[in-house]
Amino acid sequence: MLVIASLLAGLVFGLGLIVSGMANPAKVLGFLNLAGPWDPSLALVMVGAIAVGLVAFHVARKRTTSLLGAAMELPISRQIDRRLVLGSVLFGVGWGIVGFCPGPAIVALGMGQVKAVVFVVAMLFGMGIFELFERRKQAVLMRA
Amino acid sequence: MSVDWNAFTPWSALAGGVLIGIAAAMFALLNGRIAGISGVIGGLLKPAPGDVAWRAAFVVGLLSAPLVYSLFAVLPELHIAAPSGTLVLAGLLVGIGTRYGSGCTSGHGVCGLSRLSPRSLVATATFMGAGFVTVYVIRHLLGI
Repeated sequence: MLVIASLLAGLVFGLGLIVSGMANPAKVLGFLNLAGPWDPSLALVMVGAIAVGLVAFHVARKRTTSLLGAAMELPISRQIDRRLVLGSVLFGVGWGIVGFCPGPAIVALGMGQVKAVVFVVAMLFGMGIFELFERRKQAVLMRA
Repeated sequence: MSVDWNAFTPWSALAGGVLIGIAAAMFALLNGRIAGISGVIGGLLKPAPGDVAWRAAFVVGLLSAPLVYSLFAVLPELHIAAPSGTLVLAGLLVGIGTRYGSGCTSGHGVCGLSRLSPRSLVATATFMGAGFVTVYVIRHLLGI
């Protein structure tokens, strides 16, 4: 059941990205281009998503198990540190260069876009580099 | 700043945003998890027992969204202007940055802001700021 729910959530998420126009990097760059002719659409996507999300997470926060009986795995970290800010800067620069963030890139991959393949492979490679560094850091910490 | 009224699509942006919110709500209430795409994908790179199927299912859902959408309407065209080298650079930055900063537009932007998380507010302000600056530099300073 959890796997089917996951599949459906991914599907609805992807449909939302297509309907909103956010699967299209040109549209995202139109929002990030504050100084040029500015397309505010992305802001309204956030408004629509957060309006629903506020209610959902208000309910979810009070639960100890999900409606399907799974453990609630909502984040507990409240730390605002260098990792959070530096990581977000790197992500924002990459996002601004092409207009792809992870979700839309995967949806564009599903459209068979060759350029999306290039982007997603590089993104996975980047995530892999992060994992290697994390593992090496863990190993150093274990030895200490 | 001048608004590009021809590009602005308020209703489809809101509707798509609501769909994204519903997907995040489903994932939180049914699976007990945050619909953060970079986290869902990143976890596949350090596979743990019992942790792979739901992640893979979510990605398959995202990938199949264009196919499902095309059953009901004509898929919108995507415009990816960047050449391959640029796509690789941006992909690497997005991959490393989202993992190092623990989230992207979905995890921090949609879910985090819906949870009223100060950490996610800082992350979202940071990657959006970095995105604005990057597009400003590329389009208005370098004139590309």
